Amino acid sequence: MKDIYRGSLVRLANDSPEIMAKAFVKWDRDTEQHRLADSDPAMLFSEKKIKDFIEKRAGKNPQAFPFSIRTLADDKLIGGVSLWVNSWTHADTWVGISIGEREYWGKGYGTDAMRLIVQYGFIELNLRRVSLGLHAYNERALKSYEKVGFKMEGRMRGEGLRDGVRFDSLWMGILREEWLAQQEAK
Amino acid sequence: MLDIQTQLFEATDIRFGPIDHETHPEIESKWTHDAEFMRLLDLKPARPLSPAMVKKQYEAVEKEVEEDKNLFYFTIRAREDDRLIGKAILEWIDWTNGNGFLRLGIGAVEDRRKGYGSQALSLLLRYAFNELNLYRVTAVVPAYNEGAMRLFQKFGFMEEIRRRQALNRDGQIWDLVSFGLLNTEWREQNNGRG
Repeated sequence: MKDIYRGSLVRLANDSPEIMAKAFVKWDRDTEQHRLADSDPAMLFSEKKIKDFIEKRAGKNPQAFPFSIRTLADDKLIGGVSLWVNSWTHADTWVGISIGEREYWGKGYGTDAMRLIVQYGFIELNLRRVSLGLHAYNERALKSYEKVGFKMEGRMRGEGLRDGVRFDSLWMGILREEWLAQQEAK
Repeated sequence: MLDIQTQLFEATDIRFGPIDHETHPEIESKWTHDAEFMRLLDLKPARPLSPAMVKKQYEAVEKEVEEDKNLFYFTIRAREDDRLIGKAILEWIDWTNGNGFLRLGIGAVEDRRKGYGSQALSLLLRYAFNELNLYRVTAVVPAYNEGAMRLFQKFGFMEEIRRRQALNRDGQIWDLVSFGLLNTEWREQNNGRG
C-alpha cells in the first residue's frame, strides 16, 4: 500500500500542541498570511490559549482531521491543513490550508499538501466530494486549487470587507469521480 | 427614511414572536414526526424529536443567542390566534463583514402554500437589513426543495453557488444551491424604504 502521508515536497504529520502553538504564535503575527487564509479578523492569541484550543479539539471531534505540514527536505514545519467532514451522510467535507512560513509560498508546497489531503478524503475517508472557499483576491491559492483539480462552483458577492473594499469569495469543489479520472490519466 | 412606527414583527396574516417553553415543544415535536418537514429544512439526517428534546433545543438556542450574539431566532405565529406555525432564523452572522445566513420553515402541512412563508421572509429581510444593518444574506437550499428555490428567486435572490452532488437523499444525488441577496438590491426593490 502506498504512503498516503508522503507527497513529493511535503508530508502530512501530527505535531504536539506545544509545537503547533509556538508555530501559530509566529504565523499569526504575519497579517498577510492571516488575511490570505482566513475571513475572521486578524487576532493575536497567547501560546497558552492556542495550546488549550488545540488540546480541547484533539480527539474530541470525530469530524475534524487536522494535519501539520512538514517539508521532506529538512523536516521543517511550514503550515497546517485540515478536513472538516460536514456530513458523513452526504459524504462531503470542507478543507482549509495555510502555509505559515512565507518563504515557502508559491513554490508548490501548498499544492503538494492539498493533493495529499484530497487523496486522504477520497481513499481513506471515502467521501464523495471535497469543498473549499477562498477570497477572490487570493490568486495564488486559486491557481494552486485548480492545479489540484478543484472546479469553480460559485461566487458569493461582496462577502468580505477589508481595507474598506468589498470583495467576493469563491467556492470550489472536486468530486470523487473527477479525482479518480485524474489518477487514471496519470 | 426613519420610520420607527413600522412594526418589525407584524405582517398581514403572521407575526414574529418569542419561544414559548410551555406550549411550543409539543407542537414542534409533532412537526419533527413529519419527515418531509425535516428534510426540507435541514441537511442532517431526519429523526423525530420528543417534546423533551425540543425543549432542550430551545434552551440551547437561547444560550447561543445570549453568548454568541450571532443568532436571531423568531417563532412565526398566526395573527388570528397567535398559534405557532413556524420558525424564522438568522444565523452565523459575521459582524465584521456584515453577512449572515437565513432559514425558515412552516411546520404543519395545512399551513403551507398559504403565503405565510413569503410574509415571514419579508419580515426577516427587513429585520436583517434595516435593524441589523447586514450587507448581505445567504440562503442555502437543497436542489430538491423547489418551493424554497422559487420563494428566494421571487424575492430577488441571485443563485451564487451550486455545490455539485453535495447531497444524498433517497438514493439520489442532489446539488446544494446557495442564494444571495444584497442590502442594496433589497432596498431598490422596496423603493429605498424596506
